[in-house]
Amino acid sequence: MMDPINIVITGVGGQGNVLASQILGRAALQQGFKTTIGETFGLSQRGGGVMSHIRLSEKNNYGPLIPPNMAHIIVGLEPLEALRVLPEYGNEDTLFVVNARPIYPLNVIAGDVKYPDPKWIRQILIESGKRVFWLEATQLALELGGPIMLNMIMLGALCALPGFPVGGNDIKNVLKDVFSQSKVKQNSKAVDVGGDLIQTHED
Amino acid sequence: MGIISHRSGEIDVLLQGNEAIARGALEAGVLFCAGYPGNPSSEIIETLIEASKELPIYVEWSVNEKVALEAATAASFSGCRALVSMKQNGVNVISDFLIHLTLSGIKGGLVLVTCDDPSGVSSINEEDARAFAPLAEIPLLEPSTPQEALDMTRWAFELSEQIGNVVMVRSLTRISHTRTNVKINDLPDFETTPRFDTNAPFHTFPVVEKHKKRQKKLDQAMEMFETSSFNRYKGPTEPELLIIGSGCARSYATEAVEILGLRERVGILHLGTTWPLPKDLATRHLRASERVLFAEDVDPFIENSVKALAADLGNELGTKEFFGKASGHIPSTGETSPALLLEVLGEIFHISWKNSFYREKIAALIGDATPPREFGFCPGCPHRGSYYAIKTALAWDDRDGFVSGDIGCYTLGIFPTGFSQVKSVHAMGSGLGLASGFGKLEKFGFDQPVVTVCGDSTFFHSGFPALVNAKFNDSDILLLILDNSATAMTGFQPHPGTGTNAIGDRVEPIDIEAVCRSLGVDVISADPYDTEETARIIYDLIKRTGPRVLVLRRKCALVQGREGGFPYKMRVDQERCKGEECGCGRYCTRIFRCPGLIWDEPVQKAKVDEVICVGCGICATVCPHSAIIREEK
Ligand code: SF4
Ligand code: SF4
Repeated sequence: MMDPINIVITGVGGQGNVLASQILGRAALQQGFKTTIGETFGLSQRGGGVMSHIRLSEKNNYGPLIPPNMAHIIVGLEPLEALRVLPEYGNEDTLFVVNARPIYPLNVIAGDVKYPDPKWIRQILIESGKRVFWLEATQLALELGGPIMLNMIMLGALCALPGFPVGGNDIKNVLKDVFSQSKVKQNSKAVDVGGDLIQTHED
Repeated sequence: MGIISHRSGEIDVLLQGNEAIARGALEAGVLFCAGYPGNPSSEIIETLIEASKELPIYVEWSVNEKVALEAATAASFSGCRALVSMKQNGVNVISDFLIHLTLSGIKGGLVLVTCDDPSGVSSINEEDARAFAPLAEIPLLEPSTPQEALDMTRWAFELSEQIGNVVMVRSLTRISHTRTNVKINDLPDFETTPRFDTNAPFHTFPVVEKHKKRQKKLDQAMEMFETSSFNRYKGPTEPELLIIGSGCARSYATEAVEILGLRERVGILHLGTTWPLPKDLATRHLRASERVLFAEDVDPFIENSVKALAADLGNELGTKEFFGKASGHIPSTGETSPALLLEVLGEIFHISWKNSFYREKIAALIGDATPPREFGFCPGCPHRGSYYAIKTALAWDDRDGFVSGDIGCYTLGIFPTGFSQVKSVHAMGSGLGLASGFGKLEKFGFDQPVVTVCGDSTFFHSGFPALVNAKFNDSDILLLILDNSATAMTGFQPHPGTGTNAIGDRVEPIDIEAVCRSLGVDVISADPYDTEETARIIYDLIKRTGPRVLVLRRKCALVQGREGGFPYKMRVDQERCKGEECGCGRYCTRIFRCPGLIWDEPVQKAKVDEVICVGCGICATVCPHSAIIREEK
């Protein structure tokens, strides 16, 4: 793998982006990585886009922002947000892990602008990078107990990517430091569910 | 035991910049910590609050930044170490006291941390608070990583005690909110007994003498800066280009030099002690290079002091070619980024770095298909109800009324999510002061109704004096206090109205209504979820004169969500929804704009997004055909 490994996690306020990147960071630290996480990029609570940059290296602690077009992996908790960061951070070799379920911006709800067809977004990502994992993760999150489970499903999916140096079990090992006892089990399950989505994914 | 209060150090932990600042203060043996919440600074005090559960320190959320500094200064005057933290705007609030305090000097180490927010990522202004260091004549340290944030904060206390004055540490959003491996050190034993020496008072007389003394302290700091390990040079002895940088811009420059393969040609002077500028150090480096690039966020702060030095040494140094803010290479607005440094270095060295083929291809593919995400109140937010009621009342009144706004989540009332009712927003509490002025314009023919809104925390911060002013001068002010029982915008810190303080002690909550009544101001309250009734009340209040207060009380939706949730399950009866045919012009989605209520494109009807809707029920009254249905869960 590359050094540093640059990961963008992008989504909408309230999707648990920051927590997901922190958990990934903790697990990576335990694997001996020099880890840098650029945490919240945006007004996280109020409907705006939120992006975290995670940089893992065996040698250095890198700066908080990934240089242009140098993301190896883009995790989209929401499809439009994955598309939005594509020109700035993507490249021909980028892997995309994207939740298929849109969250509509207010100007779309109001009818001022159109939300692009998710199928089209998927196609653009396919043409732009190396591989796209297009996941119906929100549905599974609802089945697991609510939309808030989405971030752990997506983290589980990220860690199941072939060659990714932090595994689902590494993530599960740090969950107990982050969640209260009662929530650990449910979130562990979500990590597994995300892993399965990658194993069984059909392009 | 939390990692922050871990006694023995020498371990590598993952810390956020703000946590690192807190840890640095603990490693310095800080005793008293105070601040006012504001992104990106809030986690410093929050972290110290956590630590106070295990360590003998005192931490408070103060009513505003100025009081925070004053309270912390008491500890310093009594010989103990103290820290205050705030965001950039907070430094404006403390500036009056700060500029006097730095004349009198201090005793125990007193460190002022400002977290600047270039680009205003979570602010309503962009400001370089470093400007206050020369104004108050105090030393300034600028970390560029969380590790430096820890090390510098710790050292700042020593420096402060050595020179006998306040030391300022400037963080940035991208440092405060970055998490990296940080090496922590041992904690000292916390053993100081505060005592004020009545033989050594603190005041500013004789003024000129004290002013001279303050400048001497600054000279002393400069001398220490000359050899400080926070300033490092990396690069060839005679670089083709010297980069002088601080903060994040310095780390972006380092990576850009790597990416462009310029390591043999470019040298980077990483400046951590930026005010006063260590002149000998800077002179040595200026001698070695003909071309200099300044990498820093917002103002040309280092740039101007280096240029002043180069002008003083003009004969000896000759002319240099400078790249920075003045030359237009690095903008003095907006934050710096790796892309910016790559671009500037690429231009200076004629290297093309951009993956421009890729970018152009993608841009052509996407076109303008990515709609922006405008800001919006959370689903279930009481402010949506409040502004909806205000909008309704002002429309009934029909004299082009407007809202004089203030700082908090409700600032978003300038956007469509608050029906664009807010027409003016500035500093904390200023909405009330402005309203107090508008309320005196009537005799000159001003007949527009002005409603001012203010959150509970903002009211205590600095709204109160303006309300007193309105009462004193009998101004026609209509104040709506949006009481959501939280400082929601910055992460739910307690304030004087909540009934607990920072360290979790139960304290008697200060009742805003009682405070207003004690001023002799009429107060009533209403429920912002009941938009119809609230609109009627506001409409009535508009027609009255003198100071009037309406408290709109409902918990912040995020707090409500945590504390048991909402009562309703919502759905749209698509049989009843008239779609585009509806005479309302799609009022529910086009105007009301709760993200939980969406437009079902295929059938052209409204629909509830079950992933987003929390079930507050406000929207049920919006539809003229009663198609939005709320059922008890
Ligand atoms: S955080 Fe609370 S107060 Fe702020 S927009 Fe959301 S619901 Fe409203
Ligand atoms: S009930 Fe209506 S206003 Fe409340 S969150 Fe749901 S859609 Fe929004």
